[in-house]
Amino acid sequence: MVLKFETKWEIPYVHSAGEHGTKFFEALKDKKIMGVKCPECGRVLIPPRAFCERCFVDTADWVEVSDEGEVVTVTVTYIKFTGLPDPPYATGIVKLDGADTGMLCLLGGIDLSDWKKVHETFKPGARVRAVWKEEREGKITDILYFEPVEG
Amino acid sequence: MKRVAVVGVGQTKFRTRRDDKTHPELTYEAMNKALEHANLEIKDIEAIAYGTMDPFDGIYLPERWDVTSGGIGKPFMKISTGGTTGMTTGLAAYEHVASGVFDIAMAVCTQRVGECVDAQPVLNTAVCPIFERYSGAGAISVAAIQATVHMHKYGTTEEDLAWVSVKDHKNALKNPNAHIKLDIGVEEVLNSPMVSSPLKLLECCPRSDGAVAVIFASEEVAKKIRDNPAWVIAETTISDNYYAGDRPDLSYWDTLAIAGRRLYRHAGVDNPKKDIDVAELYSPFTIQEVLELEALRFAEKGEGKDLAREGVTFPDGDMPTNPSGGVLCTNPIGATGLVRLAEAALQIMGEASYQIPDVNVSLAHAWGGTLQFHTLMLLSSKKKLK
Repeated sequence: MVLKFETKWEIPYVHSAGEHGTKFFEALKDKKIMGVKCPECGRVLIPPRAFCERCFVDTADWVEVSDEGEVVTVTVTYIKFTGLPDPPYATGIVKLDGADTGMLCLLGGIDLSDWKKVHETFKPGARVRAVWKEEREGKITDILYFEPVEG
Repeated sequence: MKRVAVVGVGQTKFRTRRDDKTHPELTYEAMNKALEHANLEIKDIEAIAYGTMDPFDGIYLPERWDVTSGGIGKPFMKISTGGTTGMTTGLAAYEHVASGVFDIAMAVCTQRVGECVDAQPVLNTAVCPIFERYSGAGAISVAAIQATVHMHKYGTTEEDLAWVSVKDHKNALKNPNAHIKLDIGVEEVLNSPMVSSPLKLLECCPRSDGAVAVIFASEEVAKKIRDNPAWVIAETTISDNYYAGDRPDLSYWDTLAIAGRRLYRHAGVDNPKKDIDVAELYSPFTIQEVLELEALRFAEKGEGKDLAREGVTFPDGDMPTNPSGGVLCTNPIGATGLVRLAEAALQIMGEASYQIPDVNVSLAHAWGGTLQFHTLMLLSSKKKLK
C-alpha cells in the first residue's frame, strides 16, 4: 500500500487576442464575421491573423464573410469530461461562405440524442447559419451555435 | 551523417496508475531496462534526450525531477511536441549520434496520464484559448471529426473501424507491458458506450502511466554492443497549421503523406507495402490507423478501411500494424511515440512480444498537436535498403 495525495492546478490567465483578433471580436458585436486575405495565396483566413502561415507574408485586406456556410464535419460528445460542456454537445467545423478555412464551433438547434440523426442533418456540405447571442460581448461565444438552414 | 543503430530498449509496464513508483523512479526503471538490454552502464551514456508532454503530470517541467535519474552531469535536452514527443525525442537522440557529436545517446520519455484524473481538459487547453476552446474540443472529438469525414466520403462503416480495435486488443494480449488486456470481438466494440460520435469507448485509447528508453549508438560502437541492432535507415518530421479548421481535407492526412514520401525517398522505398514488413503507428483512435495506412501508401485513398476487416493488418496478414497492441491499448501520451520506436526496433531484433516472422524493415510513427505534427523513422536489420 502506498499513500496518495490530491493536488490541483488552478491558475488564472488573461490572454491577448492580438490586434487582428480584437478587430474580429469587436465586429462580432455587430453580427459581422471578419477574415483576412493572404496577398500571395489569396485564401481568406478565419480566425484572422497577422500573417499567412503557408506563405510567410503579412496578410493584407480585411474581408467580411457570411454568417452562413456549410458543415465540414461534426461529432456529438455523450460523456462528461471535467470542465468541458455538459453532454450531449455537437462540435464541428463550418466553412463560412467567403472563407477558405473552417471554424471550429458548436452545432445545435436540433435534438442531439441520436448521433446518427445529427450526422445526417449536419452531414458534410449541409447548409448552416450562425445563431447569435441576444446581448453580444465581443467573444467567440456570441455565436451560440450553427443551426440548419431549411431548404 | 554517421550511420546509427538502436542497440537497446527498455519499457516499464504501462498501467492506469503506477502507484508503486514516483516520477523519476519510473524513468529509472525504463533506463535500467534499456541499459540491461544493451549490456551497458549509465556511465556509457554520453547524452540524454528526454520527452514528456506538459502538463498531464501536474508537475511543471517534470524533466527537472527526471533528470536526477542518470542525467546529472550529462548533456540533457527536453523535447515536447504533443503526441509526437516520444518519436521526436528518439529523433533528437538519433541526431546526437548521427551528427558525430556523441557515440552513444539515450532517448527517454516518462508520462503519468493516469495521475491526471481527466485528460480531456488538459487536451482542451491544446486548442486556441480565445477562438476554439469553448467548443469542448479534445483529442477524442478531433479524431471523431476525421472519422465523420472519412465515413461520408468513402462509406467507411462503424464495423470497419471496430475491426481495428479488435486487432489491437488481440495483439495487446501478448504484450506484458500493454495496459488494456481485453479479448473482444466486433460486437463488443460496437456495443461499447458512444464517446464522441462515431467513436465508441473501445475505439479510444486509455490514459496510461509509464516510461520507455531507447539507446542509439554509432556504427562502430553498435557492432560491439549486439549482433542484431536495428539500423536507422531514414527519419523525418513535419509540421502543419495550428487551427483545426485550416486542414483542407480531414479525410486525408496530407502532411503525413508528404512526410512519408520524404522518408521513402531517403530510404529508397519504392513500394511501402512490399518493402516494409511491419509498422507501429500512432493510432489512439481506430480511424487514425485507417488515415495513416492511406497517407503512408499501405492502402489507396479510401481503402484503408478494408485492411483490418480483411485481416491484412493482423499479425498473419500482409501488412501487420501495431503487433504490440498499439496506442489503442497503451497511451502514456508523451512517451507513446518512443514506445512505437522501441517496438519497431524489437521487431528488427526478433525480440518483440508479438514477433512478426522475418522482419527486415519496420516503420515507427507518431502524430501530435492539433493533428499537426508527424515524426517517422524507418529501421532495418540491414545497414542500407539498396
